[in-house]
Amino acid sequence: MINLTIDGKNVIAGKDMTVLDAARRAGISIPTLCHHPKLTSFGGCRLCLVEIEGIPRPVTSCTTLVGENMVVKTSTPHIVELRKTILELLLSDHPNDCMVCEKAGDCTLQDLAYYYGISENPYEGERRTYETRDGNPFIERDMEKCILCSRCVKVCDEVQGVGAIDFAYRGFQSKICPPFERDLDCEFCGQCVAVCPTGALTGKLWAHKGRQKNVNKVDTVCTYCGTGCNLTLHVKNNDIIRVDSAMSTWNEGWLCAKGRFGYSFVSSPDRLKTPLIKKRGKFKEVSWDEALDFTASKLKNIIKKHGADSVGGLSSARCTTEENYLFQKFIRAAVGTNNVDHCARL
Amino acid sequence: MASLATIFGSGAMTNSIREIEGMDVIFIIGSNTKETHPVIANKMLKALRRGAKMIIADPRRVPLVKAADLHLRLRPGTDVALLNSIAHVIIKEGIHDAEFIADRTEGFEKWKKSLTRFTPQYAEKITGVPPKDIIRAARLYGGSRRAGIFYTMGITQHTHGTDNVNTVANLAMVSGNIGREYTGVSPLRGQNNVQGACDAGALPNVYPGYQMVSFPLVKKKFEEAWGTSLSGKEGLKATEMMPAAIKGKLKALYIMGENPVLSDPNMNHTVKALESLDLLVVQDIFLTETAKLADVVLPATCFAEKSGTFINTERKVQLVRKAVVPPGDAREDKWIISELSKRMGYPMDYESSSEIFKELGELWPALAGITHERLRKRGIQWPCPTKDHPGTEYLYRAGFPRGKSSFTPVQYKPSAELADKKYPFVLTTGRNLFQYHTGSMTRRVEPIEVHAGEPYVEINTNDADKIDIANGDMVSILSRRGRIDAKARVSEIVPAGMVFVPMHYHEAAANLLTNDALDAHAKTPEFKVCAVRIKKK
Amino acid sequence: MAKETSIRVCMGPGGIASGGEEVLRAFGRELKKSNVKAALKKGCSMHHVGCMGLCARDVLVEVVLNGKTYTYQYVTPDMVSTIVSKHVVGGKPIKEWLVDDSYVNFIKKQTKVVLSDCGRINPESLDAYIAVGGYEATRSVLKSKTPEDTIEIIKESGLRGRGGAGFPTGRKWEFCRAVESDRKYIICNADEGDPGAFMDRALLEGNPHAVLEGMIIGAYAIGADSGYVYIRAEYPLAVERLRLALKHAKKKKLLGRNILGSGFNFDIKIKLGAGAFVCGESTALMYSIEGKRGMPRITPPRSTEAGLWGKPTVLNNVETLANIPYIIRNGANWFASFGKGKSKGTKVFALTGKIKNSGLIEVPMGISLRKIVYDIGGGIEEDKKLKAVQTGGPSGGCIPASMIDINVDYESLAKVGSIVGSGGMIVLDEDDCMVNVAKYFLQFTQSESCGKCVPCRVGTKRLLEIMERITSGRGKTSDLALLEKLGNDVKSASLCGLGQAAPNPILSTIKYFREEYEVHIAGRCPSKVCKELLTYSIIEELCKGCCACLRACSSGAITGEKKKPHRIDQSLCVKCGACFEVCKFKSVDRE
Repeated sequence: MINLTIDGKNVIAGKDMTVLDAARRAGISIPTLCHHPKLTSFGGCRLCLVEIEGIPRPVTSCTTLVGENMVVKTSTPHIVELRKTILELLLSDHPNDCMVCEKAGDCTLQDLAYYYGISENPYEGERRTYETRDGNPFIERDMEKCILCSRCVKVCDEVQGVGAIDFAYRGFQSKICPPFERDLDCEFCGQCVAVCPTGALTGKLWAHKGRQKNVNKVDTVCTYCGTGCNLTLHVKNNDIIRVDSAMSTWNEGWLCAKGRFGYSFVSSPDRLKTPLIKKRGKFKEVSWDEALDFTASKLKNIIKKHGADSVGGLSSARCTTEENYLFQKFIRAAVGTNNVDHCARL
Repeated sequence: MASLATIFGSGAMTNSIREIEGMDVIFIIGSNTKETHPVIANKMLKALRRGAKMIIADPRRVPLVKAADLHLRLRPGTDVALLNSIAHVIIKEGIHDAEFIADRTEGFEKWKKSLTRFTPQYAEKITGVPPKDIIRAARLYGGSRRAGIFYTMGITQHTHGTDNVNTVANLAMVSGNIGREYTGVSPLRGQNNVQGACDAGALPNVYPGYQMVSFPLVKKKFEEAWGTSLSGKEGLKATEMMPAAIKGKLKALYIMGENPVLSDPNMNHTVKALESLDLLVVQDIFLTETAKLADVVLPATCFAEKSGTFINTERKVQLVRKAVVPPGDAREDKWIISELSKRMGYPMDYESSSEIFKELGELWPALAGITHERLRKRGIQWPCPTKDHPGTEYLYRAGFPRGKSSFTPVQYKPSAELADKKYPFVLTTGRNLFQYHTGSMTRRVEPIEVHAGEPYVEINTNDADKIDIANGDMVSILSRRGRIDAKARVSEIVPAGMVFVPMHYHEAAANLLTNDALDAHAKTPEFKVCAVRIKKK
Repeated sequence: MAKETSIRVCMGPGGIASGGEEVLRAFGRELKKSNVKAALKKGCSMHHVGCMGLCARDVLVEVVLNGKTYTYQYVTPDMVSTIVSKHVVGGKPIKEWLVDDSYVNFIKKQTKVVLSDCGRINPESLDAYIAVGGYEATRSVLKSKTPEDTIEIIKESGLRGRGGAGFPTGRKWEFCRAVESDRKYIICNADEGDPGAFMDRALLEGNPHAVLEGMIIGAYAIGADSGYVYIRAEYPLAVERLRLALKHAKKKKLLGRNILGSGFNFDIKIKLGAGAFVCGESTALMYSIEGKRGMPRITPPRSTEAGLWGKPTVLNNVETLANIPYIIRNGANWFASFGKGKSKGTKVFALTGKIKNSGLIEVPMGISLRKIVYDIGGGIEEDKKLKAVQTGGPSGGCIPASMIDINVDYESLAKVGSIVGSGGMIVLDEDDCMVNVAKYFLQFTQSESCGKCVPCRVGTKRLLEIMERITSGRGKTSDLALLEKLGNDVKSASLCGLGQAAPNPILSTIKYFREEYEVHIAGRCPSKVCKELLTYSIIEELCKGCCACLRACSSGAITGEKKKPHRIDQSLCVKCGACFEVCKFKSVDRE
């Protein structure tokens, strides 16, 4: 255990902790854009600069390990000035179209600009503009909003093992893109979208589906493979407008293309909305009572005529445990046969 | 899954996903983990970053091969020969876990004898895998005591699927890689709640909690619990129901949320079976290919419209919460079943799904300690016998339920239908990253359809050259049972002599081609091997 | 050897550029034609050598006859037959072609250590290097010194990194030595990127074995078995000579397994850089070798703990490494006897700009700037007024003429806002615009920024835009304060040396030439360099109506009839200055 002082507060930290982690654990907030707890540190945004006694220049707290008796100051006037300058610089090369940005209200850059009161741009100058849009169907890549924090690059490499994107060009023209600036063609897991601190990466499905205000967030479990990733459905007006996953879940917030972007079937116009009975080869919409009465009487007849074992039930690996329990209980207790199975083998 | 239960006592993943991060060796056989279980693959990559080694046994050059240390590119359907040979080398090199074998297993000597002929040289003849790779795999896996095996349908969907599972289990036992943290035998389940469906008793031979219907005492317990008399006769498995329907033995079928027309082998046969029924009731969220054949269609709800639990591949019970109201007059499945049951003269009244779960827990001790209330905080892995039990991350810490677990001698048997002159290619079916199962959900997701909406067949570059097929050409794939047309994807992903067709596309349904030959025990169809011919259109 | 006749042709970067190869070929032809061997009754060797230093007068040719050395300047192939017949055969030097006193001063006032063999020996011959004592140091270290002894010698010598930062080399080696690891690396940083600096190139082209020897000794000292020379692909000749040197050294068992029977194994690979300035930064350079994008990372961990492929690594600059064999051979005290204070030994500078003797010079650390400019450099071209000396390349600063007596060493230069850097030294005279000079360097650093950190990527861009504003007449009075504030913030907040030093040219020129900025903001460039601040007009009284300006004007801004005064339409003028250049009557006014 290491003892250090941060902003006059005595803090105890583990020896492998960074100054940033130690500060945040002690309830002292330090702003960051490029840092992400699940990724290796980058040190590029420079917002987490702090002063440490005995070190002549400000250092990034996200990369500096705690040291015994270290004295850290996280918000001296000089440091605050540097942060403001950095934010001013970032915003001087940013569309600043928060009013129509998908990310507004959920954007780290916007939050920091608010917190540090960056209302004016002291720098007139060029802003990167890009004409072409990425043609992939999943991820909106608005590179004008990219602050090159590298989180997307790192998550794609370190977590997903794909490496679909990286830095290209130099200087002010530096940019993050797929090889040769082609359209993104990757696993579309959207991990990059999840870690993007600005509006540079968003889901194409999210567009114009609603602001973060009055969104009902429901934690649940993915309906696809057997991994059982925990996810959060963002619901507005009885519509799922976005899916994400919290970093605190066992799946660490990581999802796949299906889990993250495969939700719109829920509101598909193809959904069955009324019971149907086939009459003379054609489906007719009927009431629940009619459908259920018809089914029950048919079943009863068949059981009577051919015995319970002439009836079978296929339950579903897609349905809940409770529904499966109920289904097999129905087949076993109400019908009277063990002819019940599901698609485990298929 | 059934055979794993026979060996160890339970058919589930023995260890947990979290433990993958701490494994030193990860052995994947018959699983395209990166595409079918992407987030589990992420955990594996995390282990690799830590320095773990990865072995992949798969005929296809699946995406994870890029990250693996060793790729054993065996011929389809030759898993037994490969795994037996790895075991052979482990024993020959003396790196087996003698203590574990002595303390916790039986039948070692007999099994050891059955391996005699499986030298790497002999195995090479069957599998095509170079002996040096077999030896290296044996040293890596057998030499580690923190090694896990992962498999999916590439192991089970064979006529000798049970044999395959047995050889996997043998390998785990001989190296002592079971019953401890960071080890285990891990069948990765392909569907969100296939574990829960099994646990809840949606199986023809067992009641909830794997309690045999054929045991009179068990039957009595359930008769008492459910207040009615029950049948003691094992029921038909899903794959047996279709032939029974054709034979006229099965008259009515009630299908909840399944699409056998696309998911079962030999689709023409399945359609014929469903058409011969007197009554087909399909309860689903879409008018699937199966629902179209139904007499009654009942509109149901999807995962976002109901509450309950899913149990994932590592036995973790997790809470599903209702987020939206279902469309139109669609109803929750549990309401539909209850209503039907009431009309059948067996009312089942439950106030909520948590009440249903409670009843299940009362009938199966493994879930007794779990309540929806507890699950609100986090998922719990069964067994969890009491309310203060934290759940169980890995099984068999203290021993196997059956006492000692047995080695099962297994001999190599070829697949039911092999390539021949007329049908010179071996067809394997499976999933891709973007689509899911029969596609009833994902094919209605626009971006997925845009990106991965087209059926295809993967063909090896050399084969394509020989039959003059270029990447993107439309080809016909024909088997003894049917024919489909799809675009050729020419690559090195499949080896020469093999083609791969994803199962998701109704317009080129892979199961028009597949063989409905079944594994004798598990009744799992042989999706991974059948013979086909390719013709340029 | 002293008595033998030999001819040395400078084939350093300057020599080649001035036609050294043709001169060498001409000597070959002429010597054969006049059958020198027979005429002299003894051998006459002819070889090319590395940079002789005074690039301004290339091609330089030395004729060593009867133990006396004569140096010819500005040699062209057509002069060769005369030199051979009159001097080599006839024994009479051609006085008017020989260098003058100023060259003698140029040479005499220097102190050559690391360059001592450069320009004297054939760089493509291992034997030539051995003949002047090469690899003696390797032999002695491997035979009789422990790695610790070796490090101690380098520490005592006071050698500091010649790449720019000036970190004590011995201490760096010691750090790396102390780290336990199965593998260690030593890398030679030959990614010389400062505009105008070419000392590393000259060394690699003129004496590559000295660099290799430095690496071998360094590898032995830290315990590395593998080394890289990271060299920019734009130096094809250096790469070629390095490859040759490696081949020769391997053949002689100076590299590879069991070097000179000592049991020590070490081998060197060459890695070509793609010319990114930032790859001269140590961590970026290592990523580049690994095949990744050259982007610096934050230290710690230092490279000596976790460098290339995560293994302990020492990175030394070419000049640093080339010093090593000389230090070992002559002793730490000998080396430390050069220099002043904490800056020991000598340093090579690329002296360029408005200086009479521009070229490569080696001087003791701590020498006064005045000595460099006036004694060695021979003063300002056309005897104009010295304005400032820019040192340290794009990361450096400008030292005003008023500080001409400053000592050139790490500490003194840092004190006035500049750096020694890799040794670029640009002399500026009264015609140079300091604002423009600062803008030039900033353009360079901005386009070479790796894009990783915000202050450097965006900050230098904004600084540059303000500079462009000022030099184009759109400057605001508030701009100076903004430059200073942003410049200091970029310095404080940037991740690596590139960004931290990028504002130096601006900050130092504001500090010493503030009024030049103010005049620019007011709309005038006093040195008449900033194009957009100039106005061209024709002085009617002087114009003879010759139409030369009219013909020269590419934008059609000049009108006028023959023999009548012409006029410039300011709205069309693009300020190219062509009219100003062509007017014989000085009737075009530039203000």
